[in-house]
Formats: sequence, structure tokens, C-alpha cells
Amino acid sequence: MDPRFKIAHREALIGIVLVVINFAMWYGFAYGLGQGDPTDYTYVFGFPAWFFYSCIAGTIFMVALIWMVMKFFFTEVSLEVEDDDECTGK
Amino acid sequence: MHWQVILPLLLFLVIIFGIGIWTNMRVRQSDSFLSDYFLGGREMGGFLLAMTMMATYGSASSFIGGPGVAYNTGLGWVLLAMAQLPAGYFVLMILGKKFAIISRKYEAITLIDFLKARYQSNAIVLLSAVAIIIFLFAAMTAQWVGGARLIESLTGLNYRGALIIFAVAVLVYVIIGGFAAVALTDALQGTVMVIGTIVLLVAVVIEGGGVSAIFADLVAEDPNFISPYGVDGNLTPLYVSTFWILIGIGVIGLPQIAVRAMSYKDAKGMHRAILIGTIGIATVMFGMHLIGVFGRAVMPGIEIGDKVMPTLTLEILPPIVAGIVLAAPMAAIMSTVNALLILVSSTVVKDVYLNFIKPNAPDAEIKRMSFIVTTVVGIAVVLFALNPPEFLIWVNLFAFGGLESAFLWSVVLGLYWKKANKYGAFASMATGLVLYIYIDRFHQHVFGMHTVTIPVVASLLIFIVVSLATQKYTKHQQVF
Repeated sequence: MDPRFKIAHREALIGIVLVVINFAMWYGFAYGLGQGDPTDYTYVFGFPAWFFYSCIAGTIFMVALIWMVMKFFFTEVSLEVEDDDECTGK
Repeated sequence: MHWQVILPLLLFLVIIFGIGIWTNMRVRQSDSFLSDYFLGGREMGGFLLAMTMMATYGSASSFIGGPGVAYNTGLGWVLLAMAQLPAGYFVLMILGKKFAIISRKYEAITLIDFLKARYQSNAIVLLSAVAIIIFLFAAMTAQWVGGARLIESLTGLNYRGALIIFAVAVLVYVIIGGFAAVALTDALQGTVMVIGTIVLLVAVVIEGGGVSAIFADLVAEDPNFISPYGVDGNLTPLYVSTFWILIGIGVIGLPQIAVRAMSYKDAKGMHRAILIGTIGIATVMFGMHLIGVFGRAVMPGIEIGDKVMPTLTLEILPPIVAGIVLAAPMAAIMSTVNALLILVSSTVVKDVYLNFIKPNAPDAEIKRMSFIVTTVVGIAVVLFALNPPEFLIWVNLFAFGGLESAFLWSVVLGLYWKKANKYGAFASMATGLVLYIYIDRFHQHVFGMHTVTIPVVASLLIFIVVSLATQKYTKHQQVF
């Protein structure tokens, strides 16, 4: 197998992990804190707490996480077709 | 007529046209017309890639339809809209470098090229072409209508007049420029979308007297406006979660997005695009939908949902600034329409005409065909848009669901699963399409989930079962 594919496979797995984290935060904060009577909500910076944590803080956290992943876990490889025959086996 | 608003908009259009004409001169001199016209010659860097992804994805639904629904539903709709965040990073990470490397090796220019080279099946090519043409036609109609509604509320022209002005403007520059023009103008349009969103959000918060005051007003009208369940309580956790499939992770299956994942220059560009694209999509989706909710406190009583965003902009901002902010939805709509238009015409010319009808067509003929098909498709959409559907956003989401049901697994499994074969792919695509259209027509929201859920799950199962059962027929085939 093309050694670049190994890198690509690992990066795709990272993508899945990120999306799971993303979903868990978004869902957990929204429905964890958002249940009950809206008149009893607590507020953070003027926003209802569920909304602040799920949609604002959660999004900022994801952006920071993606920045870190890009910097430390993604590898730069050439995308061009390589002429030696290692990839097709034909 | 609001001339002070229209002038900045016209200026914006002139710049966009300029870019179209300039890239056209370059494309005409090029010796690889097909790849340049439809893919921009795989030259995109990080910023361009991020912006073209975002501009293609962010459409009339994000700027016109979405804020309208948020206005009537409340904060729950912003929550739902934030399910779109993965669209910024997930597609590029999952299709990733493998897709870029393989599409170079196959010399694939369209998504269908990739499927054809991977599965070696004409049946799959035809089925894909039919799915793309039908659903993208629907998606384009939605954008055309959105553009016309926007011009309608700006100029006071009637709907048909507005539609024709809009259509002519978009068609001229897509036809002359091709993908290179589309991607370049997307960079400008994406930037305008982000800036416009921020300006309008800040203005709405100031107009409403601050975030706390706005929430107090909303609670006074109906406390459920700030609940995640929506004002009627019909945004259940299950329904909203299944929306993740449609507008978050399933976006991989959208051909107009996937084609961009094979068009970038190098790995570095891809890394930058993931970060920039995520920030851009987050800003636009969060900002625009929150504007819709806040708009309810700032300007109650707007009756037509699609008019919430233009009305707010015109009333709150000084005219010149309003013109600049309204260039954002204009940009969103134009950039989506042109991407779809290019995709449909590349499907007809490259995947159907060159594949089945005339494989050895000379270059001059391909050029002529490309221009003719793009024009004809564009005009046909205008005819469909003459009688607009009631709710813009649903037409667009219908098209999303249809494409994802067809393409999600054939692309992802084709890329990552060695045993995926043409029988599995074809069965999966056919199942996805038929189930999706059937459920959408007759049983919306089965078990409280979004329509797309069952077709996506069923087409995955069928894909795996059929591929495994037919291994012996495709054993000799070498993949990658």
C-alpha cells in the first residue's frame, strides 16, 4: 500500500474522533442544561447557559482543537502521482 | 428603489464580472481546457479552498431562509444550525489526502470520474448523472428563487422581473468563466459573507439594547423562544440530532462539495483550509441564525420568513452599509448557483457526452458543448423558478438529502473499503435514492427522525451485504 495512505487513514480517524467530541459537547450542553422551564434559566454573558456552552463556548473549543490537531497531528505529504510502481502493483 | 443600497451592490457585481472575464481569458489560452474550466487546474491554496467550500455550502438557505425560520422558531433553530459546523472540517478530513491522491492518479475531474474509475461500471455513471441532474436542479431552483426574492425586496420590482435580472447576471459570468472564475469569486464572496454577518449581528445587538435586553424581550413574548426545543416544542433531541446526518457529516456525499476536495494544490493548503473554513462556517451559521432570533425582539411582526434578513438590514443599517451587508446573501446565492451550474454542465458534458456519446470529441467541440450546456441548464432553471415553491429552505434540504442518500457510501466506502464493489455500490445508491424519495413523499419524519436517516442507514447495510455476497465476481479487479 502507498505509505501516504497510512497517514491519510490516520487523519480520517482523527476526523471521526473530532466529530464525536463536537456532537457530544453540542448535545450534552444543549439538552443537559436546556431542560426545564425557560423562565428558570441561568445566563452567562447575557446568553442562556445551555446556549452559551453548547453553541458559543463549544464552537470556540472546537476551533482551538482543530488548530491543535492541524499543527501537531496532520502530516504534509505530496499529493502528486508517484512514478515508481509501489502504489498500483500492476 | 433604494439607490444608496443598490449602488454598493452594483459595484460588487461589477468586480465579480471583472474576475469572470479575466479568468476566461486565461482559460481560453490554456491547453487543458476541461480540467481548467471544471476544476481550475487543481491550483487552489488554503484560503481559496476554504472560501470556495464555505461559499458553495452557505447558500440562500443560510442567509434568507434560515434566519426566517429562526425568527419564527427561536434559539432552538440556532442550535440546529450549529450542526453544520463539521461541514468545515469533516469533509476535508475524511475524504482527505487519499481522495486527493487517488483523484490525481485517476485524473478525475468530477466526482463521477472517481466513481467510474473506482467501480468500472457504466450503470453507476448513469445513475449518478441522473441523481446529480435531478437534485441539483432542485437545489438551483431554490437559489434562483432566493436571489429573486432578495432583489424583489430591494428594488420593489415584481418577482419575475427580479428573477430575470438575477439570472442574467449569474449566467453571464458563470458561462464565460467556468470553475476558475467560480473559485476566485468565491474567495471574494466568502469574505463578504463573513464580514456582512458580523456587521449585521453587531448592529442588531446594538439596536436591541444589548444581549440581555433582547433575551428579556423574547422571554416576555414567549419563554419557549429561548428553549432548545423550539417555540412549539417540536425540535426534539432525536430530530435535531438526525439533522447532523443531513447538514453535518453527510455533506461528504454532496458532489459540489466533494469535487472541491480534489481540487486543492497541496497538503499545506488543505490544512489551512480546514481551520479557515471551520471558522468561516461557524461565524456565518451562528451569526445569521442568531440574527434571525434577535430580529424578533428588534422588529416584531415580519410576516414572510424569507424577508426577515433583508428587512432587518434595510431598517437598521445606514443605506451604504446595508448595500454592503446585502451583498453577503447575494454572494452566498451566486456562489452556490454557479458551483451547481458548473457541476451539472460538467456532468452532462464530461460524464454523459464524452463517456457514452462521443468519446473522441475534439477540443473545440468540448468547449462549445460546455458553453451551450451551461447556458441551456441555466435558462431551464429560470423557467422552473418562475413559479416559486413556498419554503425555500426545504427545497434545498430536499436536494441535500437526495444527493447524500445516493453518494455518501459509494464515495466513502469506495475510498476506504477494499471489498466495496460495483454491485454493492449500485444497489446502495439505488436503495438510497428510492427510499429517500419514497419517505420524503409519503412518510416524513418516520419515528421522529429526519427523512434522510433511514435511507442513509439502509444504503450502508445494502452496500456491505451486496459487496460481500458478490466478491467472487470482482476478485480480479485491482483497486488503487
